[in-house]
Amino acid sequence: MLEIKDLQATIEGQDKQILNGLSLTVRPGEVHAIMGPNGSGKSTLAYVLSGRDGYEVTGGSATLDGEDLLELEPEERAAAGLFLAMQYPVEIPGVSNMYFLRQAMNSIRKARGEEEISAGAFMKLVKERAALLGVGGELLKRDVNRGFSGGEKKRNEILQMAMLQPRICILDETDSGLDIDALRTVADGVNAMRSPDRGFLIITHYQRLLDYIVPDHVHVLAKGRIQTSGDRSLALELEEKGYGGVLGAEFAEVAA
Amino acid sequence: MATALETVREYTGGEYKYGFVTDIEADIAPKGLSEDVIRLISAKKQDPDWLTEMRLAAYKRWQTMTEPTWQKVDYEPIDYQAISYYAAPKIKERPKSLDEIDPEIRRTYEKLGIPIKEQEILAGVAVDYVFDSVSVATTFRKKLHELGIIFCSISEAIQDHPELVRKYLGSVVPAGDNFFAALNAAVFTDGSFVYIPKGVRCPMELSTYFRINEKGTGQFERTLIIADEGSYVSYLEGCTAPQRDENQLHAAVVELIALDDAEIKYSTVQNWYPGDSEGKGGIYNFVTKRGACRGKNSKISWTQVETGSAITWKYPSCILQGDNSVGEFYSVAVTNNRQQADTGTKMIHIGKNTRSRIVAKGISAGTSDSTYRGLVKVLKSAEGARNYTQCDSMLIGDKCGAHTVPYIEVRNRSAKCEHEATTSKISDDQLFYCRQRGISEEDAVALIVNGFCREVMDELPMEFAVEARKLLAISLEHSVG
Ligand SMILES: Nc1ncnc2c1ncn2[C@@H]1O[C@H](COP(=O)(O)OP(=O)(O)OP(=O)(O)O)[C@@H](O)[C@H]1O
Ligand SMILES: [Mg+2]
Repeated sequence: MLEIKDLQATIEGQDKQILNGLSLTVRPGEVHAIMGPNGSGKSTLAYVLSGRDGYEVTGGSATLDGEDLLELEPEERAAAGLFLAMQYPVEIPGVSNMYFLRQAMNSIRKARGEEEISAGAFMKLVKERAALLGVGGELLKRDVNRGFSGGEKKRNEILQMAMLQPRICILDETDSGLDIDALRTVADGVNAMRSPDRGFLIITHYQRLLDYIVPDHVHVLAKGRIQTSGDRSLALELEEKGYGGVLGAEFAEVAA
Repeated sequence: MATALETVREYTGGEYKYGFVTDIEADIAPKGLSEDVIRLISAKKQDPDWLTEMRLAAYKRWQTMTEPTWQKVDYEPIDYQAISYYAAPKIKERPKSLDEIDPEIRRTYEKLGIPIKEQEILAGVAVDYVFDSVSVATTFRKKLHELGIIFCSISEAIQDHPELVRKYLGSVVPAGDNFFAALNAAVFTDGSFVYIPKGVRCPMELSTYFRINEKGTGQFERTLIIADEGSYVSYLEGCTAPQRDENQLHAAVVELIALDDAEIKYSTVQNWYPGDSEGKGGIYNFVTKRGACRGKNSKISWTQVETGSAITWKYPSCILQGDNSVGEFYSVAVTNNRQQADTGTKMIHIGKNTRSRIVAKGISAGTSDSTYRGLVKVLKSAEGARNYTQCDSMLIGDKCGAHTVPYIEVRNRSAKCEHEATTSKISDDQLFYCRQRGISEEDAVALIVNGFCREVMDELPMEFAVEARKLLAISLEHSVG
């Protein structure tokens, strides 16, 4: 359903290519993990797919269920079912987490021509899902991400994902900053959402997450393209040998 | 109010929603200002002699005064002789019951989303409807009357309760206070009057809805609210005007008086026509609002959401005379396109242990300009006075301006004044975050701005808060992108 072909992108106003002909296909029901050195373009991929300003696509294509993603506004991509759990979730002072969630849900429903969710049904749903993800009632009432700890922010991203029920979920380092128990809870949350018609793209630095969320495919992204792909064992191999060991010496330090 | 506003918003999409004109025959005074015109207004209103004298004295005073120039707003000079100072829909007599109201006027308020009837959704709100220069209806009078509460147009109050009006009118804002207050004192035609007797807690919100309709006129309303000992009232004010190329002057005066242990909560959602995106037309809103906490432990709280008008010049203030009295000012001022707002408050601490709190949020978009101007003055007598001031500005785009001008004068060493100010922008990250969750850019701006204003919005009565939130969204449409 998510089909990325030869995607090339630069930072707006700069010549340097960050994505260098990246291709990747996620079929319904699949979980793909993307690993790669710092600065290799993982977040850039997530942002380009979700339509953040500041990037210029200079070649290639990305479609979701056949629809050209790159033509759509970010909110239209969200309505089409694309969700990005961000590496650095943003604070919105004065807006309660609950209110934000409800507005997001209703915006997406509206864009799809569906009825708004009633206040009662929403409350019930949010309480249920929040409890599963260990997000306390107090956190729901607080301003969006404001003063949340790193781990609380990440759980909150997954709560939003659970509420919006997207087609394709992109998780950008959701595991970073989570304590061991939280990692489990979040992974359980993601696993609960795995379904034959939903795909996942999970960006991570740590193979441990993949103990909990077992991926169908593992890709190594470096220098703006997928350098090698494999199954779960690739993650273990990376852990052992490092990027240099798996990809060759020129990838040992590719932060630039 | 809320539901109707939603409908209004839906069918007009985007631009100013209340810009229509009602076709109704009006009784209009000849243009210009002179003693004769004032006598004419006075005669139309069947003023008692003392009031005619008061008007004429104010007019004399006004002639010696000049328009203030210290505020940070620019506008073409106003030609005071080109304005008509009295316009009233032609109705032979004030309708005795709500059923007798002219259908055109009734339709106007229906279109504005506040039908004239004692309806269920507004069951908790009594409304006085002011159309151009006169009050056309007041709801729930009987119910209020049973409690001894007087809620009527000021014209009626002058006829029916002259002793109260005479005692308090001009006692907080004297005619010589400033240029616009003097003009108002000379020509005011209507407005609302409220008296809450001793120990009574007014069981419903009292509200006035002001509508300018006639062109070439100004609106000069006068509001007087008296909360007697131990009483409480919450009062709301809303306003709109048709969309016109010309600028129209609105110079109102509002006086509040709180006696011992009394509390007045005054909320405004100001949505006068702001002019078009090029800055043509719009209301000049030059308003003097002031409350006197005369009694001990009294409290006056101003909350305003200012989204309309081409120019807003307005400083709702509190004179804290009574010991332990409290003054509050919560403000949101939004300017877009070419609007200009110079607004703030004055807190004058006179009594012992008086406290004041100021929370002002300014949002500027387009090429607009907004200024917070505030004065906190602690007199020698104000032992133990406290003030807290917080001014936050938010800029949308890079062609607008926000300015904060706080004046603090402290004459008593035991006083404590705190001042905090911030300036922020809506970040691209915030916008993207919202949009990634499916919220459109415009809704995202509205959401973030509403969040920024929350402390103020929380002060508004429920029915009004919903309306105000939507108004903010509408005012900021097309402000990004
Ligand atoms: N706005 C920007 N301006 C300049 N360079 C940028 C910008 N955004 C990203 N880059 C550069 O693009 C490259 C890829 O960054 P990206 O954030 O996609 O890496 P990443 O793989 O997510 O790294 P990490 O593992 O550290 O999160 C980096 O070299 C980064 O410095
Ligand atoms: Mg990254």
